[in-house]
Amino acid sequence: MDVRVTDTSLRDGSHAKRHQFTVDDVRNVVGALDDAGVPVIEVTHGDGLGGSSFIYGFSHTPEQELIKTAVATAKRARIAFLMLPGVGVKDDILVSADNGAQICRIATHCTEADISVQHFGLARDRGLETVGFLMMSHSQPPEVLARQARIMADAGCQCVYVVDSAGALIMDQVGDRVSALVAELGSDAQVGFHGHENLGLGVANSVIAYRAGARQIDGSARRFGAGAGNTPVEAFVGVCDKLGIDTGIDFFKMLDAAEDVVAPVMDQECLLDRMALLMGYAGVYSSFLRHAYRQAERYGVSGPEILVRAGERRLVGGQEDQLIDIALELRGR
Amino acid sequence: MTATAAIVGSGNIGTDLMHKLLRSDLIDPLWMVGIDPSSEGLSQAREHGLQTSVDGVDWLLAQDVRPDLVFEATSAAVHRANAPRYEEAGIKAIDLTPAAIGPYVVPPVNLGEHLDAPNVNLITCGGQATIPIVKAVSRAVPVSYAEIVATVSSRSAGPGTRANIDEFTRTTSHGIEVIGGAQKGKAIIVLNPADPPMVMRDTIFCAIPEDADTELVAVSIRDMVAEVAGYVPGYRLLDEPQFDPPSPATGGMARVCVFIEVEGAGDFLPPYSGNLDIMTAAATRVGEQLAKG
Repeated sequence: MDVRVTDTSLRDGSHAKRHQFTVDDVRNVVGALDDAGVPVIEVTHGDGLGGSSFIYGFSHTPEQELIKTAVATAKRARIAFLMLPGVGVKDDILVSADNGAQICRIATHCTEADISVQHFGLARDRGLETVGFLMMSHSQPPEVLARQARIMADAGCQCVYVVDSAGALIMDQVGDRVSALVAELGSDAQVGFHGHENLGLGVANSVIAYRAGARQIDGSARRFGAGAGNTPVEAFVGVCDKLGIDTGIDFFKMLDAAEDVVAPVMDQECLLDRMALLMGYAGVYSSFLRHAYRQAERYGVSGPEILVRAGERRLVGGQEDQLIDIALELRGR
Repeated sequence: MTATAAIVGSGNIGTDLMHKLLRSDLIDPLWMVGIDPSSEGLSQAREHGLQTSVDGVDWLLAQDVRPDLVFEATSAAVHRANAPRYEEAGIKAIDLTPAAIGPYVVPPVNLGEHLDAPNVNLITCGGQATIPIVKAVSRAVPVSYAEIVATVSSRSAGPGTRANIDEFTRTTSHGIEVIGGAQKGKAIIVLNPADPPMVMRDTIFCAIPEDADTELVAVSIRDMVAEVAGYVPGYRLLDEPQFDPPSPATGGMARVCVFIEVEGAGDFLPPYSGNLDIMTAAATRVGEQLAKG
């Protein structure tokens, strides 16, 4: 295997599904992805462990039930979970590990890596594989990201991802960032890339990331994720086949999994529409999409304007509460 | 009468606190203990006539005259070591660290309850900013669940907070329950690196009964905001409280949502760091109450 793919339909897709996954959804999706040879499957509330809340949306099913189901269903795939320091806590990591999850992915805004140090230490002590997420990586230059990646690696992170949370990075910008991390980390940790489709570049950006040295790539079957969705795993696998890059995933089985199993779980397809494109263009955190729609409807204001102001205010991941404040501001206080 | 006070910890919090205590009619700050003799905090303390030392609590307790009050702005570990010694010496301790040895105090909620305690704790900045609002709602109607989101500028989050962010969420959640009066509490903290730095913002969500008297709740919230603004002038409501009926988006619960901004007084720390200002302002308020006896 030249590159390890992590499917995040059951985590990033949680945003698009408004966190309403059922045990059956998880069983069906994990079963199909596992059968297609997807090596890692991420399952958690969209905002990570402990994300079930007023601000981000309550989970239909407790996330540990979903993790247990995923672990019980997967024959070959390893189950990963996401946690954001400041939202989840260390105990959540331990419970997930007790329930059989094997890979702990810890996300911070890309300038705040030092808030993850205690969590990486705990995860490694518990014997978990670790991945670090530098979210909103478009907002910082390569050298800043590399310094932040070093903090995570020194704390015990085994693979640091350039995470394009806003789907705002364009080709060379991905390559430059991945290259900077590869140069900084050397053999201390791998580098990964997590793309979004808000400017329609998920697959292209992921190939460029691979060529720059990334050895872990995220995607979602059928793009099932926040904003316009994530890099479609089935398309990435097909492109890799053509380029002679081994993903270990069966392209034809992946096509069937995406179309026959994942698509029916989705409330709607993830579209490259006006709101999604605005997010990529203005550098807005992808999971704001559903919340912006809801507040636009609640307060009778423009959804696109909410997103533009979110960009102007330079909101970071986790500030969904401020979309309500923006809607009130647009309505006129 | 005036109470004499020592500040232990000469960092951002300790130094900002000193400026507030110097303005107080009820507290006379006379000593500051630090670890770095060339620190800005100790230098400012000397300029203002405080006696300073880097020899720790041993030095403080060896003085001929001992302080009535000590404000601890070090770390949880240091305070855990110092607290028994203050108590032995009969000095009341106001703890700004997450050590939480003594009872939690949020001035407008329970200040009067712990005047005799040898040691009181100020929870967290997010707790000081949000627990009054949870209490304002819970004194009007039952609150089955309260959730707070504190967003602070990256520059105002020091190394202690960063290394122990779990302590913030756990301690604040606990405070929402035991002091705020919610049956269940949850706290979230977000750091935002925008430049120029953003002013601290807090959002408070409370689950309330479907038939709650929303006007009663709103009045209680406005009263509480005015009370906090009495000692934190930059504490303000950004919008009117927002009431939502039960829906799938609210987990089937009726809720009220309150948006707060906390701008600091700009004493030692810049005004955006309202999260630090509300801690030092609350500490001053508690100290003044103890001085009154």
